[in-house]
Amino acid sequence: MKLVIIDYGAGNIKSIQFAFKRLGIDAMLTNNPEEILNADKVIFPGVGEASNAMMMLKESQLDKLIPKLKQPVLGICLGMQLLCKHTEEGDTSGLGVFNVNIKRFSNKVKVPQMGWNTIRDLKSDLFSGIKNNEYMYLVHSYYAEQCKETIATTNYETNYASALQHENFYGVQFHPEKSSIAGEKILKNFLTL
Amino acid sequence: MLAKRIIPCLDIKNGRTVKGVNFVNLIDAGNPVELAKQYALAGADELVFLDISATLENRSTTLNMVLHVAEQVNIPFTVGGGISSIADVDALLKCGADKISINSSAIQRPELINELSNKFGNQCIVVAIDAKQIEGKWIVHMAGGTIPTKLKLFDWAKEVEQRGAGEILFTSMNNDGTKNGFANDALAKLSASLNIPIIASGGAGTIQHFVETFALGKADAALAASVFHFGEIPISELKKELRNNNIEVRL
Repeated sequence: MKLVIIDYGAGNIKSIQFAFKRLGIDAMLTNNPEEILNADKVIFPGVGEASNAMMMLKESQLDKLIPKLKQPVLGICLGMQLLCKHTEEGDTSGLGVFNVNIKRFSNKVKVPQMGWNTIRDLKSDLFSGIKNNEYMYLVHSYYAEQCKETIATTNYETNYASALQHENFYGVQFHPEKSSIAGEKILKNFLTL
Repeated sequence: MLAKRIIPCLDIKNGRTVKGVNFVNLIDAGNPVELAKQYALAGADELVFLDISATLENRSTTLNMVLHVAEQVNIPFTVGGGISSIADVDALLKCGADKISINSSAIQRPELINELSNKFGNQCIVVAIDAKQIEGKWIVHMAGGTIPTKLKLFDWAKEVEQRGAGEILFTSMNNDGTKNGFANDALAKLSASLNIPIIASGGAGTIQHFVETFALGKADAALAASVFHFGEIPISELKKELRNNNIEVRL
């Protein structure tokens, strides 16, 4: 199993690497296109601001490479959002793998949403063994609208897509690497897809 | 629904936990990594490590500790204490801290909040505020509560939100250490006037105090130290009671 975590300068990728290490898998951090293309599984992480992250992707030309990947790819948090069509954060165009837009929570709720919320209407093998309404750790100010690619739903202000899937691309808004035992199960499931 | 969070706080000096921790079944109660793992297993939602190391050499020990916590613990954690620059934050986040907390350095130079928020995103910037009610006014204190400032709690809280804090950790110095409950009036006022999460700190003594700080104080999270460290309030029992009181928690 060759697992790579795309390292393009955005976010807390150490935590993801450590989470896989706890599962007994050594994940490689890289921005090398060859390494990414040859991996069995790819993690596309991201924490921070969307337009800056997109700029970093473009600088390394990973914006061209990522949508063409054929192996299972898991976008986490901002990584998931960047796989979408467009985000209101910095009015940024994404990679367009998921045909959905990213919007900001309104000020009717506290922003960012910070903490543990439930995922339900689970629709993918990514969630095998995960019970409906399991808690996941989330930290975000922007969310994906419900769409046909939705494979998990969370409620905060509105019902939104907390996980997406299109072909070999998966995206989760929550942080499985920080979501205790249930999160570890999702990472383990991803490795078997 | 978004759950209310329970956050044990550990004081760290030279990479070791200090100020009494008395955990059953733990051979080395001073080891922050082992403690963190125990708390994660017990159902803590998050952890805060407060670094009280005085020297730079000891700070690198702290970084090493942060790395080990990130390696072995599967819930989020915040590191605070002595952070005053982008470089400090960068180092902590690179070691795997999820959030950092600043206090005195933000009072001395409020622009620091903007700089950190712009650079790392507001989701990882917690501003801790220690305040004491003196003659009816909530006065912000710095340097671990030893120095009163000219700042008023509610004005300062508003300012840190506007400057890009993602969360506020409010400690009432009047309540801290009393075990008589949290400062729920002030907390409720903070929660109503701000649009970022508020962590209640100072005064936890009983399970009922947690119920009240969520129900009356409208806190998003509650932080405590000794009641957890000495096993006075087991986290699993606390969360069951919160749920019995219709407060959403992760069980």
